Amino acid sequence: MSIVDTRTPDPKKLIAGATGDWEIVIGMEVHAQVLSEAKLFSGASTEFGGAPNDHVSLVDAAMPGMLPVINEECVRQAVRTGLGLKAEINKRSIFDRKNYFYPDLPQGYQISQFKSPIVGEGKVVVAVGPDSKGEFEDIEVGIERLHLEQDAGKSMHDQHPTMSYVDLNRSGVALMEIVSKPDMRSADEARAYLTKLRTILRYLGTCDGNMDEGSLRADVNVSVRRPGGEFGTRCEIKNVNSIRFVGQAIESEARRQIAVIEDGGTIDQETRLFDPVKGETRAMRSKEEAHDYRYFPDPDLLPLEFDQAYIDALLEHLPELPDDKRARLIRDSGLSPYDASILVSDKAIADYFEAVAAGRDAKQAANWVINDLLGALNKSGKSIEETPVSADQLGAILDLIRDGTISGKIAKDLFEIVWIEGGDPASIVELRGMKQVTDTGAIEKAVDDIIAANPDKVEQAKAKPTLAGWFVGQVMRAMGGKANPQAVNDLVKQKLGLE
Amino acid sequence: MTDLTALTIAEARDRLIAKDVSASELTEAYIKAIDAANETLNTYVAVTPEKARDMAKASDARIAKGEAGALEGIPLGIKDLFATEGVHTQACSHILDKFKPRYESTVTANLWADGAVMLGKLNMDEFAMGSSNETSYYGPVKNPWRRKGSNMDLVPGGSSGGSAAAVAAHLCAGATATDTGGSIRQPAALTGTVGIKPTYGRCSRWGTVAFASSLDQAGPIARDVRDAAIMLKSMASVDPKDTTSVDRTVPDYEASVGRSVKGLRIGVPREYRVDGMPEEIEALWQQGIAWLKDAGAEIVDVSLPHTRYALPAYYIVAPAEASSNLARYDGVRYGLRMPGRDVIDMYEQTRATGFGREVKRRIMIGTYVLSAGYYDAYYLRAQKVRTLIKRDFENVYADGIDALLTPATPSAAFGIADEDMASDPVKMYLNDIFTVTVNMAGLPGIAVPAGLSAEGTPLGLQLIGRPFDEETLFATASVIEKAAGRYTPAKWW
Repeated sequence: MSIVDTRTPDPKKLIAGATGDWEIVIGMEVHAQVLSEAKLFSGASTEFGGAPNDHVSLVDAAMPGMLPVINEECVRQAVRTGLGLKAEINKRSIFDRKNYFYPDLPQGYQISQFKSPIVGEGKVVVAVGPDSKGEFEDIEVGIERLHLEQDAGKSMHDQHPTMSYVDLNRSGVALMEIVSKPDMRSADEARAYLTKLRTILRYLGTCDGNMDEGSLRADVNVSVRRPGGEFGTRCEIKNVNSIRFVGQAIESEARRQIAVIEDGGTIDQETRLFDPVKGETRAMRSKEEAHDYRYFPDPDLLPLEFDQAYIDALLEHLPELPDDKRARLIRDSGLSPYDASILVSDKAIADYFEAVAAGRDAKQAANWVINDLLGALNKSGKSIEETPVSADQLGAILDLIRDGTISGKIAKDLFEIVWIEGGDPASIVELRGMKQVTDTGAIEKAVDDIIAANPDKVEQAKAKPTLAGWFVGQVMRAMGGKANPQAVNDLVKQKLGLE
Repeated sequence: MTDLTALTIAEARDRLIAKDVSASELTEAYIKAIDAANETLNTYVAVTPEKARDMAKASDARIAKGEAGALEGIPLGIKDLFATEGVHTQACSHILDKFKPRYESTVTANLWADGAVMLGKLNMDEFAMGSSNETSYYGPVKNPWRRKGSNMDLVPGGSSGGSAAAVAAHLCAGATATDTGGSIRQPAALTGTVGIKPTYGRCSRWGTVAFASSLDQAGPIARDVRDAAIMLKSMASVDPKDTTSVDRTVPDYEASVGRSVKGLRIGVPREYRVDGMPEEIEALWQQGIAWLKDAGAEIVDVSLPHTRYALPAYYIVAPAEASSNLARYDGVRYGLRMPGRDVIDMYEQTRATGFGREVKRRIMIGTYVLSAGYYDAYYLRAQKVRTLIKRDFENVYADGIDALLTPATPSAAFGIADEDMASDPVKMYLNDIFTVTVNMAGLPGIAVPAGLSAEGTPLGLQLIGRPFDEETLFATASVIEKAAGRYTPAKWW
């Protein structure tokens, strides 16, 4: 494989060393657990949790004479993911055995795809940012390949004073290894890529993307070079399990490599581990110790073959992906690119927004979702899935604004009440007397009272018409915020003779 | 009363259905025969008399109700390579120490579904690696045949040596076997029995301990061609648990036994006339040709030009797959575990103790040929050779050849602990010279007794067929069987 440099060095992304600027080059291998009921080659459940060895079939335990049978659902999911990555789908792919000994690898080999993966080259457009000016930069990250493989089990070293235990629940679970090209040039880009990839997988429903449960893990390849120069020697940081750690691992590894080179040393190609506590990487095994995996085609499995009609049928039922949704929101709903980017960044947020916006003013819905809902979620450390205000409830609040029942300001209070106490927004407004006063008689009286009580301000306002705002505020306060702001505004101007 | 163990499967079947004899009586006769012979011949590594009696009783009940299956009440021996639920299954290796699976192989499950009775597990070369049954952890099997005027113990061939010897010595009515490079046909030839390796994919491999997955195939060893046909019909099936098994109707093989071979074109491949082949093997071959000619078949000289590369290529492909297939025997989950300082040491102690010399040799060959830097030169090249060998056969069959006739083995049975063989593993590997091509091409092959050597031990001929055309093999083999007669060893044990 020849590596093509697709990027022009960007001064903003360079790292200053003692001897000049350095550019980081990053590629990523992401292991994404396929969303499926059963494992890749056995009927055992893939459910997370359960007592150790609860979800283990004879095949997973590699009992003598057991044979793998491909799970078609996993194949479908891999092809759908490939389509979501705008990648070439290989109609014929081959399963190989990767041979090595480890107690949590019962067969003594992992079934993977080596020479002929199910998915070939593709690409992901990643919005990096926003920067200090609130702007996003679109970069394109190439996908080298995606292949299917089995996960290993888990060794547990803390269960017995002298022995290790093995839990095979994960043994044989289907993983998609998604290999990027070395197209990223900063920790921010790498984070954005992984975030985007996870978003795509979640839109497709092919991986739940839960990094804390290990459903998504990243191996990060990092090297440094002089800007635009020859590629350096890379180190692979294994099994980084959060997006934040990916960024930290890259920054610390790049600095380590720069320091080594600037001290006159050279980088050894090796596998490293990121220690989140110390915030640094350390060597795991060097190339010399690397396994000889003795890959060869698995004779128990025929080549995996399907036709174009199979691919076309999956393509037809592919859901709308984030890039398409973003374009649609900008084009059809008139949202700003910034708002659209935020809304599509998480499928659950996008779904929430679309439920709120259905039949309502999309821009107003976007403002409420982004500013009020996401703001409140962020403040309370909750995820969109845990939101106390449902899309229906927020939609009902917007309806009350639209039909003039409450003002925008009252709506904020109402949102807070629903957030804390729950309930039907319309009933809350009714019960607590939050309805907006549109009765001009009542408003007129309040305006007259304020004007009568403040003759000096009236004089000043005649010279400086913007002071009308002060009167509006006083009237609103006097009416407990329930007056229709437009009506107050009109009456104040009229009474002050400012029209 | 005649000795019930002398009955063929077909004969026993008829008498069982006629209620002339009961399955229980038949089974008792075999249990008795095994008791008397096993210490000497060492054919069974586990005898299951209680299970056999229970199964026979159930067979008698079904026969009484008129619900007899195709193999109802027929007592069979099962090669130790097949997983049998709750029963010793060790592939005759120490590394599977005390292993009793919770599952039943598809092939044996098919047999039990047709009413067969299990007598026990048969000896074999460890993990089916060997051509003399001497690599078994349970010691060698003695061939029931002896040379004229000699008391020397002979090998029964391998790896299905226990199966072949048990059938020849009437210690079961028929036996299951497996064939990766000749492990059914070579022992059948050396014991005067009939053995067929069906087309790859004809029998499910599920539940059969794997040696070389792309070559392994189950088949029967039986006393005559008809019995082999009856057994294969029951053993064969497509299996959703083995995606290399093939979804094709299993024909009534027995119907093809005795079918005319008139007008069949039988190829005689010139490349099988190997250097140093004993004259009596050549003579046997010519005799076979003459019999088939007499029966109306047309004999055609054919060429399979890549034959000479088959054995070396086989000894790359088979060990390569084996080295990976046997990785699961690591002492972690089942079988033998030797203590070690750490997990690596435990692996090393367990595998060093658990595997025999020949198995270790093949694991090392296989590991070597798959290693970085050697893969292309060995494994990949061997796979290319395999494609060429397959093409050789395709070309011949495309020219209208229906089956090929060759010797089954380059010699008759040799002595146990033969010094020549022991000192040079390649000499042992040469036993497979006529049989490995068939596995490499995935074709069906049958070995049928055709005569005796000058020393009075059996010799066999091999017929190789088109893919899934086992019927032509049964028809043609039965012509040879009819002309040559059947061979039974004189009882000395």
